[in-house]
Amino acid sequence: MIAAALLFGFGAVSVSLLLCLYRVIAGPDLPDRIVALDTLYINGIALLVLVGISFNDSVYFESAVLIAMMGFVSTVAWCKHVIRGTIID
Amino acid sequence: MIIEIVIALGIVAGTSLVLIGSLGLMRFDDLYCRLHGPTASTTLGMGSLLIASTLHFISAGDPSLHELVVTGFLFLTAPASAHMVAKAALHLRVHSVTRPPRPEAQDAFPETAARGPSSSDPDRLPTLRDDC
Repeated sequence: MIAAALLFGFGAVSVSLLLCLYRVIAGPDLPDRIVALDTLYINGIALLVLVGISFNDSVYFESAVLIAMMGFVSTVAWCKHVIRGTIID
Repeated sequence: MIIEIVIALGIVAGTSLVLIGSLGLMRFDDLYCRLHGPTASTTLGMGSLLIASTLHFISAGDPSLHELVVTGFLFLTAPASAHMVAKAALHLRVHSVTRPPRPEAQDAFPETAARGPSSSDPDRLPTLRDDC
């Protein structure tokens, strides 16, 4: 049962990664691309969690923690750069 | 057996919510609408998926705290990043599909709205200066 759920999950997360990639490429404004990259790294964390369940290996969550931290910091840094022109002022 | 059903339901619900969030990001008309999909739906789906993963590793006999750390971190940082993106969009004056509210639609205090700067021309759209 878990194998079928994992198959559905891999399909759904892959489709959502493609949708986010469309919004990154075709987003009409710069904040659209920021939101799309933010969603893209969250979908990457979802894919890593699914891979960790599938391989029954908990080492993938280390990289999930790192991706979560770096993604948030990069989103905030890009928004600060859009708003202020600098990141650290 | 019961815990396998719970884990499978968590995985299916979580990935469905992630897909719905990305679909909202692609389909909505406006940046300010598009911000809602990833902020609400994707974060909730990640919570469900990570709880399912925690249950799976508890039932496999290898419990770890990393999933709960990721869950807490995502639930804390999603509103903050959405707030920063909305501030950047307001700074760049990103086009909004819906019109901003008329000045007379928000006169909860008629005596101040009567002498306000926007009462002379009711068709004039409110600028950023009116709100501050």
